[in-house]
Amino acid sequence: MTIRPQFFLYLLVMAGVTYLIRMLPLVLCKRQIKNRFLLSFLYYMPYAVLAVMTVPAMFFETGSLLSAILSFAVAAVLAFFGKSLLTVAAGACGTVFLTDLILLLIQ
Amino acid sequence: MRSKAFKRGLLHGVPIFLGYLAVSFGFGISAVGMGLSIAETVLISMFNLTSAGQMAGAPIIAAGGSFAELAVSQLVINLRYSLMSVSLSQKLDERVRLPHRLLIAFANTDEVFAVSASQDGRVSRAYMYGLALLPILGWTGGTALGAVAGEVLPPIVTASLGVAIYGMFIAIVIPVTRRHLPTAACVLTAVGIGCLFRFVPALSTVSPGFVIIIAAVSASLLLAWLRPIPTEQEKGGGTP
Repeated sequence: MTIRPQFFLYLLVMAGVTYLIRMLPLVLCKRQIKNRFLLSFLYYMPYAVLAVMTVPAMFFETGSLLSAILSFAVAAVLAFFGKSLLTVAAGACGTVFLTDLILLLIQ
Repeated sequence: MRSKAFKRGLLHGVPIFLGYLAVSFGFGISAVGMGLSIAETVLISMFNLTSAGQMAGAPIIAAGGSFAELAVSQLVINLRYSLMSVSLSQKLDERVRLPHRLLIAFANTDEVFAVSASQDGRVSRAYMYGLALLPILGWTGGTALGAVAGEVLPPIVTASLGVAIYGMFIAIVIPVTRRHLPTAACVLTAVGIGCLFRFVPALSTVSPGFVIIIAAVSASLLLAWLRPIPTEQEKGGGTP
């Protein structure tokens, strides 16, 4: 089991920040957040984050650009029609696998 | 009384457990693909319990990025948890004391929060402990399975499974963009800024962690200003 020595410092920073974000309000807060701007910002953030983490990064994660684009399209369509989390993910995975397999075979 | 609440929590935790097995499996595969070892990957999951945060943090750790980039990206990406913790602090039985609050806070993920928030009345610490137990095991265990699979399976398989977590992100974002146009605008803006940083030569040297921060924060600030959400809606969406 390899763990680089500096890894523990990274882990401490990462887990520490995440934990403090969760812990401090739970321990300190007595009242609800009422500020509309802050609430709206906190509403939009998860979607903005997930979106920017997916596009364009996802397109470089597979064996070929084609399989990545197709997989994104399939996932987007499945999600658009309200399919479950696992269905969308499976659709994405299956598309990549099939596309890359076909590309491999026709070369 | 206590064990009854604990058992109810356990039961409610089962669907979360199953979902986490799948999502964390995807993270395990992706993280190992980035160059992290199995042990490092599992430790990340064990101590963070957040898929978006981990997907952003793992590449920074793998590439040996700065602590500042890691800290700020985690802060920004996980900021919504502070809102959930504020809500949970109202929901938690007021008799729950500090040591237990410190422990319960660790497990306050999107799903755990959502389930606890949907309960009637206050939630006890027994319930929260029951609720959190299986998700934590599922998240850590799923990561371990994914990490091992990532090392053992052939590249064509790991490449396909590696997009699972992106598929899940898409599954979360697209439905909301369909029914709430401002969210769609926010998403497009964030992606646009992200692409700008990726493809414009002058900007492409900015590390991915900071790009996520800049893009997501700018887009969210813009939409929060232009299209604030009615105050009845408090809950944010998202994955752990």
